Amino acid sequence: MLIKRPSDIKSSEITGQTTYLNRRFFMRGAILAGSVTATGLLYRKLNPPPAVVQEQPKIAGLVKPPTDEAIRDGFKVNEPLTSFEDITNYNNFYEFSTEKGSVAEEARGFVTKPWAVKVGGLVGKPKVFDIDDLLKLAAQEERIYRHRCVEGWSMVIPWVGFPLAALLKQVEPLSSARYVAFQTLLDPKRMPNQNTGVLDWPYVEGLRLDEAMNPLAILATGMYGQTMPPQDGAPIRLVVPWKYGFKSIKSIVEIMLVADQPPTTWNIQAPNEYGFYSNVNPNVDHPRWSQRMEHRIGEFGSRPTLLFNGYAEQVGHLYEGMDLRVNY
Amino acid sequence: MPAYPLAMKDTRFAKLVLFVNGLVPLTLLLWDVYRRQVGANPLEFVTRTTGMLTLVFLLISLAVTPARRITGLNWLIKFRRMLGLFAFFYGSLHLMTYIAFDRFFHLKTIPGDVAKRPFIAIGMAAFFLMLPLAITSTDKMVKRLGGKRWARLHRIVYLSGVFGVLHYYMLVKSDVRLPLTFAFIFFVLLGFRLFAKYYGPHARVSGSVVPPR
Repeated sequence: MLIKRPSDIKSSEITGQTTYLNRRFFMRGAILAGSVTATGLLYRKLNPPPAVVQEQPKIAGLVKPPTDEAIRDGFKVNEPLTSFEDITNYNNFYEFSTEKGSVAEEARGFVTKPWAVKVGGLVGKPKVFDIDDLLKLAAQEERIYRHRCVEGWSMVIPWVGFPLAALLKQVEPLSSARYVAFQTLLDPKRMPNQNTGVLDWPYVEGLRLDEAMNPLAILATGMYGQTMPPQDGAPIRLVVPWKYGFKSIKSIVEIMLVADQPPTTWNIQAPNEYGFYSNVNPNVDHPRWSQRMEHRIGEFGSRPTLLFNGYAEQVGHLYEGMDLRVNY
Repeated sequence: MPAYPLAMKDTRFAKLVLFVNGLVPLTLLLWDVYRRQVGANPLEFVTRTTGMLTLVFLLISLAVTPARRITGLNWLIKFRRMLGLFAFFYGSLHLMTYIAFDRFFHLKTIPGDVAKRPFIAIGMAAFFLMLPLAITSTDKMVKRLGGKRWARLHRIVYLSGVFGVLHYYMLVKSDVRLPLTFAFIFFVLLGFRLFAKYYGPHARVSGSVVPPR
C-alpha cells in the first residue's frame, strides 16, 4: 500500500505557476537586454564612431588669386573640395595616433602658442621665426591642391599658406646648400604617441633645394580659410602636392639647409617601400600595393592616379633624365 | 541559486542569447552606415570592422576548449559551433565588402590585385579554409563523416587562424601592436592545446570533441 507522505514544503510557500512563468520571462528578458547592451557598449568602445567637427579661427586677409591664372599655375584644381569634416577626421599623424579616425580626438587642445621655427644651416642669415612673424612674412594665399596618400586615398584641400621659397629667400641659402631638411616638434607630453616606438621620433623630411623653391611648395598655416586644425599639422606644415602625403611634414619646428640628402622618417622605417623622392607615380607600384588608382574621399569608387599627382607640367622638369623607378 | 546560471542552463535560451549578441555588431555597423557615421572612408571602415569581427569570433571560438579545460565547464562546447559560424559569417561579409565595393564586382581585376597585395591572397586562403568547416557544421555532416574524421577535418581552423592573423599583420603600415595582440592571443590558445596534449594531466581531451546536438 502506498502511503503518500506530505511534502515538507507548505503549499502556501510554493510559487504559483503564473508567477513562476512571469518571473522566468522577466529574467530572460533582462538577460537578453542586459547582454545586448553590454555587447553594444563594448563594440562602441572598441570601434568608436568618428569625432565631431571643430571650427578654427578665421584667417584674416586671405588672398585668392584670379581663377584662370591659378588653374594654369597649378595653384587651384577644378575639382570638388573634400569636406572639412573629412579632412579633419581622417588623418595620418602618428605623433597623436596611428588610427586615422582617432587623431582629431587625441590632438584636441594641442598648444601651438608660443611656437618658433628655427631656420638655419647653410644660409647667410639664420633666424628663429615666431609663428606670428611667419604669418606676416608673405601674403596668405589660398591653394586648392590634390592630396594623394601613399595608402591609396586622396582629397582635394583648400590650403592657406605662402610659398616656401619666400621663407628660404629671407635666410639667403649659400651656394653649398643643396637640400632642405625639416623636423616636426618632439614633445611626448604634447604629442603622446611619441611615447611609443611606432616611428623614429622626431619625424623628419627633406626636399632637394630646387623642389623646395618650386612655386607649388608651400608652408600651409590653415585650410578652408581657417587656421590649421591640430590634427592637420598646426600651426605650420609643408605641402608638396606632387608627392605622397607623408612628405608634407606637419607641425614644423626646424628647417635646415644642408649639402647632402637628409634622412627621412618613412625611408628609415622601410627603405624599400618609401624613397626620398616619393613622387606620386601611377607607374611605380608600392611593393605591397598598386599605385595606379586612388579612392577620392567622399566619392564612390576609384579613379586613376595621375603622374606627379596631376602636376607634371609644373614639376616634371625637376626630374628630367632621372629613372623614377630607381628614384622612387 | 542565482537566476542567471539557471536560465543559462537552458541550452536553447543560451544559444538564443549568443545568437542575438553575435548580431549586435552587425546591427550597429549597419545603423552607422545608414546614418553616415562611418567616417571619411566608409569602405575602409566597413572592411576593417568586419575583418576584426571575423578574427574576434575566431579567437573566441578557439578559446572554448581551453576555457572548458581550465574551468571544467564542459557545457561551453555547446556554443563553439555558433561562434565558429559567426567567424565565417563576418568573414563572408568582409570578403563581400572587398569584392563588391573595393573591386565593384570587376572580378577580372582581382587576380592582379591579389598578385600586387599578397595579404589579400593570405586573407582569401584564411576564408576559403573556413568554407569546408562551415559546410560540415551541420549535425547531418558530423554523422556522415564520423566524429573522428570530423574532428580531424576541423583542425583546419588552426591554419585558417594562422593565415587570418598573418593577413592582418601584413596589411598594417607600421603600428603592428594590434595585429601582434591578435597573433599573440591566437598562439597562446594554440600553445595551450599543444601543452595540454603533451604535458596535460590527461593527455586526451575528456568528453566529446564533436559538438553535441
